[in-house]
Amino acid sequence: MQQNKDVILKLRDLKAHFPVKAGVFKRTVGHVKAVDGVDLDIYRGEVLGVVGESGCGKTTLGKAILRLVESSEGQVIYCSGDEQTDLTTLDNEGLVPYRKKLQIVFQDPHSSLNPAFTIFGSLEDPLKKYGVKSRAERRKIIGDLLEAVNMRPEYMDRYPHEFSGGQRQRIGIARALSIGPELIVCDEAVSALDVSIQAQVLQLLMKLKQEKNLTYVFITHDLSVTEYICDRIAVMYLGRVVELCDSEELYAHTLHPYTKALLSAVPVADLDKQTDRIVLEGDVPSPVNPPSGCPFHPRCQSAIERCKTDVPKLKRYEVDGRDHFASCHLVDLPEAV
Amino acid sequence: MSMTNTTGRKTSRLDRQFDLIRRREEAGQLTNPRGYRFARKFLSNRLAAIGLLIFTIIVLVSVLAPLLTPYDPRAIDLRNILKPPTWAHWFGTDKVGRDLLTRVLYGGQISILVGLGSALASAVVGVLIGCYTGYVGGWRDALAMRVSEIFMSFPQIILVLLLVAILGQSLSNLIIIFILTGWGGIYRLARARMLSLREEEYVQALRSFGLSTPIICYKHILPNALGPIMVNITLSTAAFILAEAGLSFLGLGVPLDIPTWGNILNVAQDLRILENNWWVWLPVGIVISLFVLSVNFIGDGLRDATDPTQQG
Repeated sequence: MQQNKDVILKLRDLKAHFPVKAGVFKRTVGHVKAVDGVDLDIYRGEVLGVVGESGCGKTTLGKAILRLVESSEGQVIYCSGDEQTDLTTLDNEGLVPYRKKLQIVFQDPHSSLNPAFTIFGSLEDPLKKYGVKSRAERRKIIGDLLEAVNMRPEYMDRYPHEFSGGQRQRIGIARALSIGPELIVCDEAVSALDVSIQAQVLQLLMKLKQEKNLTYVFITHDLSVTEYICDRIAVMYLGRVVELCDSEELYAHTLHPYTKALLSAVPVADLDKQTDRIVLEGDVPSPVNPPSGCPFHPRCQSAIERCKTDVPKLKRYEVDGRDHFASCHLVDLPEAV
Repeated sequence: MSMTNTTGRKTSRLDRQFDLIRRREEAGQLTNPRGYRFARKFLSNRLAAIGLLIFTIIVLVSVLAPLLTPYDPRAIDLRNILKPPTWAHWFGTDKVGRDLLTRVLYGGQISILVGLGSALASAVVGVLIGCYTGYVGGWRDALAMRVSEIFMSFPQIILVLLLVAILGQSLSNLIIIFILTGWGGIYRLARARMLSLREEEYVQALRSFGLSTPIICYKHILPNALGPIMVNITLSTAAFILAEAGLSFLGLGVPLDIPTWGNILNVAQDLRILENNWWVWLPVGIVISLFVLSVNFIGDGLRDATDPTQQG
């Protein structure tokens, strides 16, 4: 995970704004800025964690990458060798070859499989579309996929309601793998599962990553999960990335006050340990009218005058020779680091 | 594997059954084609099976009517007016001496065609439009919604009067009118189901594979919406049979010289016949009820058989 890394996906100033309509004539009275200018480089073979509290735009970001949600501005650039393609400019037809490279695993194992079809029925249409003509061949591929996620191949003729949540989630992973993607967006892929099953699914994901050379964008609100599996972590607040760095680095030298508050909220199973928890006041501000200046300033304990007027940029700092991006005016103050 | 197990417990009957199922699954013998599973579940529902039986019998005797009765449904026999059931006339005769059994059998052809035909055709129209526009949303959805409101707010009887005045009274006009006024209900049902189903995550998964809109909405989502649609079809079949009877009575439906269940039943509007000649209206009334009931049972059975979470 050091320098000179091979970028697979570049997000440039990506925005997803949803119009808010009101009145008889459905006039647009404002926008929900779910994702508001995200710049990210995703490296081949890494696990990038995206964390943040509810409503900060993590899931919208993941879906905008796959164009399940249309972005309103900015670019999603897919890089392969020297070739670079902006996915946001392609039409449905042109997007097809890139659909093959990017896939998604969903949060809710109960709604992510079609209850009216057997597993085989659900999984065969994508294979058909991507050129697996014979039925026998499709059965073979799906059987192998199920084995790859530690299930019996003959389960493909069962219906989703015959499986437990963890099994369904593994089937969801098998589906994402079916057309051989390079990058998988895991949208809260384990948060609906019991903790013991979580570990099992996470181990499976890591094993598959090794075997198939995958890249994950791991969206979660569970910081203990990110610590366990992520190489880099992006912290989001109100549609923006506020801090981005290697995961050990994030836990070692937290720069942004929001990240500090998040980390202090992770429960520790130690009765004697006194945690000095930073409790944030209030709620996330409305993404329709984000506060002026730094979006975090109304809840920040160490906000200064400048935070109310200037929007901080995501700036690169170097801590112990490693890259560390943060968007906070306080870091620039001499005594901060 | 079947007789020993890891706990050393004596294998029970349940264990053996489970082992058997597992062996069959491993050998791939449980991979029944979809249709087979569907038929097995449908037939194991006793009411549905009975409904299918009654339905088949009524349809068969109606279609085979020319072979089953020696009479002509329109042959008037003034020497045998309003005769009660005899061996010659099983259901008796009506006011002009026509054999009632013959008329019920021939009438079934038209009534079933009008009832079931209009219900199925309006369901096809409604589902095709509702499924697609409900899934894609936007201006197509708004347009379809407004059009359906126009059709549903228009009184059926005025539409019938209009069409009969312009095109004349005929069977095909009646079916067209039933489809025009009937598709709205099923369209709305299908659309409403789609609005909730399209938010499911499996739909997003299909979209992330870049599958085309018709495949996603008709092949993958529609099966989940079929239950209420089936029930609605059976209900509207009954409604159309009765509507045909009413319109025929007003002289706006099927021309009176064509025997239909509605035309036969309408004679009972005469109070003297209602009181004195039960054989004119009772048998045909029973046949209508039996038919409608059997269609309802079939609809319920189809709904349950298409729902994989219900065991068959």
